[in-house]
Amino acid sequence: MSTLFEQLGGTGAVDAAVDVFYRRVLSDERIASFFDSVDMERQAAKQKAFLTMAFGGPNSYTGLDMRKAHAHLVKRGLGDVHFDAVLEHLGGSLRELGVAENLISQVITTAESTRSDVLDR
Amino acid sequence: MPMPTVTFEGKGYVRQENETVLDCLLRNGIDVSYSCKSGVCQSCLLQAVSGELPKNAQIGLRDTHLARQYFLSCSCLPNNDLEVCRPDAAGLRAPGVVRRIDLLNASVARLRVHCPEPPAYRAGQFFSLIRPDGLVRSYSAASLPSDDDFIEFHVALVPGGRMSEWVHRDLKRGDALDLQGPAGNCFYVPGNPGQPILLAGTGTGLAPLYGILRDALAKGHSGPIHLCHGSVNSGGLYLDAELRRMMEANPQFHYSPCVLNGNGDDGIPQANIDAYALSCTGPLKGWKVYLCGHPDIVRTLQRKAFLAGANLQSIYADAFVSSADS
Repeated sequence: MSTLFEQLGGTGAVDAAVDVFYRRVLSDERIASFFDSVDMERQAAKQKAFLTMAFGGPNSYTGLDMRKAHAHLVKRGLGDVHFDAVLEHLGGSLRELGVAENLISQVITTAESTRSDVLDR
Repeated sequence: MPMPTVTFEGKGYVRQENETVLDCLLRNGIDVSYSCKSGVCQSCLLQAVSGELPKNAQIGLRDTHLARQYFLSCSCLPNNDLEVCRPDAAGLRAPGVVRRIDLLNASVARLRVHCPEPPAYRAGQFFSLIRPDGLVRSYSAASLPSDDDFIEFHVALVPGGRMSEWVHRDLKRGDALDLQGPAGNCFYVPGNPGQPILLAGTGTGLAPLYGILRDALAKGHSGPIHLCHGSVNSGGLYLDAELRRMMEANPQFHYSPCVLNGNGDDGIPQANIDAYALSCTGPLKGWKVYLCGHPDIVRTLQRKAFLAGANLQSIYADAFVSSADS
């Protein structure tokens, strides 16, 4: 049986999803300010790494990385409402790309598992 | 058969079986940045100097990276010997001589440097100018290597800027001036002649944009090319006459200047470039976008271009960080 990553379309799917997902995130006033000062290319690379992880693909993400990477944003008020917004866009992006609902829910479950690390709890 | 070697900074390293270029360099204590090790994040990019790259080491890279033999070291298992370097480290120092300096307006000097052994570059890439005492600053090439036997830079006079003051006041024809480079990924790549292109920038951000424009036209680009040059006032639109002449000669080219301070009497719109550029083009889905100049403006334009529909991979941004800012 093929893995979730393979069913989604592998690296090609990540490439397709990153623009859609990142554009949604930047267009959302609830969360856009957290991305105000970042280098877009570096940020896009991180978004790709995040999507690969959420898609069940090969990655070297650790909880500690997630904590360290978001600690400065938690100080600026990053919380559940923002995390929820990102998950909403993740689901919305995949729907826009025509991904099946059962696969989307698996991706959301994986992304959800990073919540406590991202929010440093 | 012996395992192929990876050469890095002049030293050869023998790869172990099934060892990627990244792992081989890391095993030998070379500090290469990396993150995902799975060909996604692109933090382990290196550049091949010589040798053949396997195709899967370049999956997902933008066209300017492909053109310069960049590759993902974490996904690279070459069958042969490979010499590699860090991105943008390949440029050698080339001795040059000042061919000509003249003023394009009150504060921008056009500097043309002739190199007896000219480095291979693409219009829009940048070089480090090396002053004889070792002071180094980067400037973008406005010249076209196929047409010009010099490399042209546009040097804005920055009050207190050591390099720019020296270029404006002391440098003269016949003086030695060494270059190192080229570097940067802001340049035209042929292959999609009908694709619409937006070139937008402020100040001497025009230098690389002008180079890219000339390159695109010389290579037969037939799709629309919009160049939007923003300045504080109309005196800063230092290639206005030349660009209007090019617009006359090339129906696919549109030149759209704008100024922050002006009364519109001279027909030049008063506008912020980030709003104005997008009002000239409309949605940017399917466009190629080149952005050069002041870092804040480049960053704003980059975000707006992306939100207007341009793919991240199709946006080439070159923020000019002045040494006074850094």
